Amino acid sequence: MAVPANHLDHLDRLARGDARADRLFRWSVAAAGFFVLAGLLGAALTMAWGGREAFATFGLDFLTSDHWDPGNLVFGGLAPIVGTLITAGIALLIAVPISFGIAVFLTEVAPPWLRNPIGTAIELLAGIPSIIYGMWGLFVLVPFLAEHVYPTLSRTVSQWPIIGPWFDGPPIGIGMLTAGIVLSIMIIPFIASVMREVFMTVPNRLKESAYALGSTTFEVVWSIVLPYTRSAVIGGIFLGLGRALGETMAVTFVLGNANRLANLLEPSSSIAATIANEFGEAFADLHRSSLLALGFVLFMVTFVVLSIAKLMLMSLHRREGN
Amino acid sequence: MDAAALATERLYRRRKLTNGVALVLSGAAAIVGLFFLGWILLTTLDRGIDGLSLAMFTEMTPPPGAPLGVGGLLNAIVGSIVMCMLAVAMAAPIGIAAGTYLAEYANYTKTGAVIRFVNDILLSAPSIVLGLFVFVVLIGMPRQIGNALQDTAAGQAGGWLEGMATWLIDISGFSGFAGAVALGFIVLPVVVRTTDEMLRLVPTQMREAALSLGVPQWKVISKVLYRAALSGILTGVMLGLARISGETAPLLFTAFNNSFWNIDLGEPMANLPVTIYQFAMSPFENWQLLAWAGAFLITCFVLLVSVLARTLLLRKKMSHD
Repeated sequence: MAVPANHLDHLDRLARGDARADRLFRWSVAAAGFFVLAGLLGAALTMAWGGREAFATFGLDFLTSDHWDPGNLVFGGLAPIVGTLITAGIALLIAVPISFGIAVFLTEVAPPWLRNPIGTAIELLAGIPSIIYGMWGLFVLVPFLAEHVYPTLSRTVSQWPIIGPWFDGPPIGIGMLTAGIVLSIMIIPFIASVMREVFMTVPNRLKESAYALGSTTFEVVWSIVLPYTRSAVIGGIFLGLGRALGETMAVTFVLGNANRLANLLEPSSSIAATIANEFGEAFADLHRSSLLALGFVLFMVTFVVLSIAKLMLMSLHRREGN
Repeated sequence: MDAAALATERLYRRRKLTNGVALVLSGAAAIVGLFFLGWILLTTLDRGIDGLSLAMFTEMTPPPGAPLGVGGLLNAIVGSIVMCMLAVAMAAPIGIAAGTYLAEYANYTKTGAVIRFVNDILLSAPSIVLGLFVFVVLIGMPRQIGNALQDTAAGQAGGWLEGMATWLIDISGFSGFAGAVALGFIVLPVVVRTTDEMLRLVPTQMREAALSLGVPQWKVISKVLYRAALSGILTGVMLGLARISGETAPLLFTAFNNSFWNIDLGEPMANLPVTIYQFAMSPFENWQLLAWAGAFLITCFVLLVSVLARTLLLRKKMSHD
């Protein structure tokens, strides 16, 4: 029995329509995919474009001079750049050992019924907005440190050789060390949950073999778990570093907004805090451009740090065979 | 006991000691970490509850120096809700589409790998930089172009050039819309990533079964795969919402802030995070109390949304097993 011609025609039209709809769908989702690419590229380019005036005016001085004077339109970004690096450095020094301890505790030490609740709690805490950490820092931590910790610190440690001078100055509580501490508390949940996840990828048979040979828990962690996950652990640390470098609110509250090189107990500045404090009132073109240039520097630094983090984390996936 | 046995015994004891010390240290680290995080939460609860009152939801933000108990956060709460909703409404469709592209069309391609990489960077990029980016694109550049056009059009008043210049200068101010766009850029990578991951979790057989029936691919994706991955995708959108509800830095120079009631998206818009920031940094007791109440509100909201998102995902995982 022959199929009527108009029926075939109809099917043909349907197929064509489907093909057209398929192409349209494919193009629109591809456009959305490339929009993500364009977003990052656009952010980098607009920062560079906005900061070109500052780079052209001050050249390399913008990165090496600490003379930041909006009144006379002289801008050197060394102080905020150094402040960013030091606060993030302090944060890592504190957060890495504690996060490592938490991750080990949650994967090897704690009784199994305790592991998931605490792990979930820590992941939830990673979602608390940074402004809360900043407020807590300003209203709770600063008075506490200024009263109980920093006076002792500046009396004793400032007499020590080499690192002594870092702790000079009036112990007012606001400053780089405080900012570093608040940052460290903020990134602990990030690093700890990455490390925990990574530690859980270690095949049980590896650990069980080591235990069967008589290893202690510590030896299993140190010689089996850590070597197996080394690159991903470093990736997790760099992820935390990326957060610490770009964090604004947690730092702005407790850093004191003083745009100068300072030692650890004195108010100073970071790139993000400088932008947050000054951009809204930057009416001179050169001032605005200098802040955008600082933003560009921050963006580039975090881009490199996060890229390293991502590559390190990816190497574990490859090992897993994904 | 001979010397060898003695040495073994000593080694054994040392290993046990090292192990004990290390485990105690790891437990101590966990306690220290949880102690500080708990301290922060308790402070927020404690001071936030002090500031909590019904007036918070019914009255506008008070002027500086107003006596204790006067004023609330209504305009800020509404502004935050409006901007967060708009941000999610803009970013979620784009994010879901981009995630679909990654999972269904570019899964094993170089392009896909590059976009995934870039998306992960965007996921942790400093939010203040995204705020600057949106400022430059939506506020800085229109104003510059507008000013330039105005200069060119100076000779011929009333022309279309001048009209365009006035329009560009007119739109180039702090606005709730700019704030929503900045927040959208923070939601976007979260949604892209979860959509991508959730779609890749859908078994390939499902695609093959649908395609073998002659269903066109776009229908397979929108009618079959989206349905299978729905709870996961929703989780991503909710996680994005939780992330932006407390974001302050990107709003500082996009939405700015507003002491008055405003739901016009073209004007500066009040919002909770920036209000909290300004109030907390102020010397006024009334403002500081309201800042804590706002912080409490945001913390509760974030925790609630994250817990909901988690249970959604958990239920989905269980139903698959």
